[in-house]
Amino acid sequence: MGKKLLLQNIDVPGINTYEVYRKTGGYKSVEKVLEQKNPDAIVEEVKKSGLRGRGGAGFPTGMKWSFLAKPEGVARYLVCNADESEPGTFKDRYLMEKIPHLLIEGMITSSYALGANTSFIYIRGEYFYVLRILEKAIKEAYENGWLGKNIKGSGYNLDLYVQVGAGAYICGEETALLESLEGKRGNPRIKPPFPAVAGLYGCPTVVNNVETIAAVVPIVNDGGDAYAAVGVERSTGTKLISASGHINKPGVYEIEMGVPVEEFIYSDEYCGGIKNGKKLKAVVAGGSSVPILPADLILKTAAGNPRLMTYESLADGGFATGTMLGSGGFIVMDETTSIVKNLWNFSRFYHHESCGQCSPCREGTGWMEKILHKILHGHGTIKDIDLLWDIQSKIEGKTICPLGDAAAWPVASAIRHFRKEFEEYVNNPESIQDVKHYFNVHNVAEA
Amino acid sequence: MAKVTIDDITIEVPDGTTILQAARMIGGHVVPPAMCYYTKLKTSGGYCRTCLVKVEQGSEKDPRPMPKPVASCRTTVMDGMVVRNTTSPEIQEARAGVVEFLLLNHPLDCPICDQAGECHLQDLSYEHGKEGTRFEFEKRTFDKIDIGEKIQLHMTRCILCYRCVKVADQLTDERVHGVMNRGEVSEISTYIEKAIENDFSGNMIDVCPVGALTDKTFRFKSRVWYTKPMYAHRDCDKCSGKTTLWYQGEDVLRVTGRKDVYGEVEDFICNTCRFDKKLTKDWVIEGPAEIDRHSVIIQNHTEKLIPKEQVQILPNLPGVDFTKKIES
Amino acid sequence: MKNIEFSEETLKTIREIINRYPEGKHKSALIPILHIAQSEFEGWLSPEAMSYVAEILNIEPVEVFEVASFYSMFNLKPVGKCVIEVCHTSSCWLMGAEDVINHIGKRLGIKPGQTTSDGLFTLKTVECLGSCGTAPMLMVGADFYENLTLEKVDTLIDACKSSGKSSSYLVDKMLG
Repeated sequence: MGKKLLLQNIDVPGINTYEVYRKTGGYKSVEKVLEQKNPDAIVEEVKKSGLRGRGGAGFPTGMKWSFLAKPEGVARYLVCNADESEPGTFKDRYLMEKIPHLLIEGMITSSYALGANTSFIYIRGEYFYVLRILEKAIKEAYENGWLGKNIKGSGYNLDLYVQVGAGAYICGEETALLESLEGKRGNPRIKPPFPAVAGLYGCPTVVNNVETIAAVVPIVNDGGDAYAAVGVERSTGTKLISASGHINKPGVYEIEMGVPVEEFIYSDEYCGGIKNGKKLKAVVAGGSSVPILPADLILKTAAGNPRLMTYESLADGGFATGTMLGSGGFIVMDETTSIVKNLWNFSRFYHHESCGQCSPCREGTGWMEKILHKILHGHGTIKDIDLLWDIQSKIEGKTICPLGDAAAWPVASAIRHFRKEFEEYVNNPESIQDVKHYFNVHNVAEA
Repeated sequence: MAKVTIDDITIEVPDGTTILQAARMIGGHVVPPAMCYYTKLKTSGGYCRTCLVKVEQGSEKDPRPMPKPVASCRTTVMDGMVVRNTTSPEIQEARAGVVEFLLLNHPLDCPICDQAGECHLQDLSYEHGKEGTRFEFEKRTFDKIDIGEKIQLHMTRCILCYRCVKVADQLTDERVHGVMNRGEVSEISTYIEKAIENDFSGNMIDVCPVGALTDKTFRFKSRVWYTKPMYAHRDCDKCSGKTTLWYQGEDVLRVTGRKDVYGEVEDFICNTCRFDKKLTKDWVIEGPAEIDRHSVIIQNHTEKLIPKEQVQILPNLPGVDFTKKIES
Repeated sequence: MKNIEFSEETLKTIREIINRYPEGKHKSALIPILHIAQSEFEGWLSPEAMSYVAEILNIEPVEVFEVASFYSMFNLKPVGKCVIEVCHTSSCWLMGAEDVINHIGKRLGIKPGQTTSDGLFTLKTVECLGSCGTAPMLMVGADFYENLTLEKVDTLIDACKSSGKSSSYLVDKMLG
């Protein structure tokens, strides 16, 4: 059994309530930082811990915090990104639903470290029921003096609010999230300036993922070194993995960084192997945006080393033979899965979710979906496969925000590793079965 | 001041200058095309991606290259920055890609479009696009709508540069049109068919890089290359009154702002000057307008006004000798 | 059509929401208020409802329309009493979302995006709702229905019919 730093008490009955959470040692980190009265020391501990952003990008959290501008007399904000919308990812929902006070405790401790007096949790609109859970927990935290004015007599004030979105994947991008929080369309901003200088309402702002903020609690309690002692290399601590697809035991698992992928898929402690005794075909290891890898490359690197669940090991080989840890959305596909069909599904998703602001993404995502639809229905040509490759290359790296990359990478990797399957759809359209038609809603106005 | 090198040409520019502006100070072939950026409109730019450039060296202090191409219109120069535009094959390729994306859903209706001849998308595709199309699906279309008595919005042609929205935000006191929906089906529209009635609304026509917003008073009256642009001014209590009158014979067919070589107006003009003053007697005529020598507009009228020594071969079109056409 | 006007109690809630934000930043309240408006005004945002929200926040109506049309949870056309939203992305897709959509479509005689003629149901397909480990799934109001089988779907449709309640994101556990 690996070490757990976030979910160790998840099975304690009533852990979602304040009383039980407090009894299991909850809010200790807040007591500690209010007593020590040294916000910069918290930032140092987070730096020492090696914690990296758990939303997908993996940027070192301590460094992000130290970039926060601190001009005199200007408000600073901490915003928690709970917009979890990356297909295949549901760990934040699980954490917020089961143990909401952990996030709230992390928000208070982190806000104190950053000198924020108003903080927001931006949650996707579809998680309305989780919003109710959070609101209830926040109310409890206020009632017990962990939020509000002069928290526990420290002189520190903090108000915490939950802001709700309304259905837009792009709002997981931090500047789109800030736009949405300001009551606007979720269009990503052009950077610079970065949020650390001009974020919410033009003020210095840090945006962190739910899991990242929760991880601050054990880091403050036990010290950055203790956190860094878990895991391997620059992948320190634990990671919540959302496991789904054709596996026996889908769900959220907290793993110590460094668990071999093979163990994660086949061990009963985690996914419990492939469903119905089927063979593994491919894995999307870090949410729909990251490159798909065929079975041999996800289990072992191109050099033949066991692939581990870490930032470095999953990225080993670059995009030619590797992928990314991303958000930890681990989607497993068995031997019956059609890669072409699956890719069309992903492309439809990115087409639907493009904000429409910049031209390569607005036009390119729809074009790719149309071509894939054509191939999927047996009308494709070999030229179409090459065209797809060319289109994705003209989107990648040319857009305002990473949604362009996220739309391009799945296409590139599917063609890179499964080109034969695309050619099969082109050359033997009569063998294609199981293509169903249903009408797509691309525009909410149609509904 | 900051020293910046663009395509091996070095220039010193004030701090805070964008790469695009620095390139415009150098002028000529190093200037990246821009479809959405507009100097006079705050927060414009960054959307169309035609002005992408490669930053080979970030600055003197931090010489690392930037990992991705950057929008030159929204990236400020740093001292010692090294930028590649026309000398970078990957930027040329990326730009051709952007042109293809912009044309993907754009109708090929130039023969009936009032903007033809002064359309930035036409220029862009001639200079940076590739022949033919690889898009074989139905293009998206929208219904035409009138926004006010004098302006027509033909959304099918729009490339979503956001300039007109910024005009409404920054020049008028009430914005009734904006960007609706999301992604590929985003559109400029009004909130329940509302007229845009404002003294400066007509500037939306001038800033539109394509034929999406056109002057209804000029609609189908002539092609721009049959009209003759003249600078003129009048005393106006709302704007500078400095305009370009577009003549056909003795008739003023339309009035616009005076545009520079990048298609940007010198001054925004009011609707009275634009729509209501269509008689020569309303104006003090200054003389023929300066029009870019490469423009189709001068092919019929003002070629003789260009001193011969200024006539050059277009650098971006190898093998095409424009001097012959102009002299003949 | 109901009167487009919030009750005094709702207005009080709205004032509380507006007070969360710094002075002059009240536009932040737009999305939360639009959710309330959609819930109170028959499940969709009519131009009148959006103008009313604009008035409350003292912003241009076009700003409300821009925002409402961006987010997929806001309905800009009338919907059925009960809106069924089926996830069709990624893991739900792998685990049989298509069958669920086709089954509901057949049973109700509508395609995604359409409303039954009796005005009882609207079927929508939606993108990943973060329920991949319990796929396939669908959402009615704020409630998630997970690990779906076609039998479970049938039971759910029957329960929606007999409850006579309207789905709303603001109401948890609509079917108890």
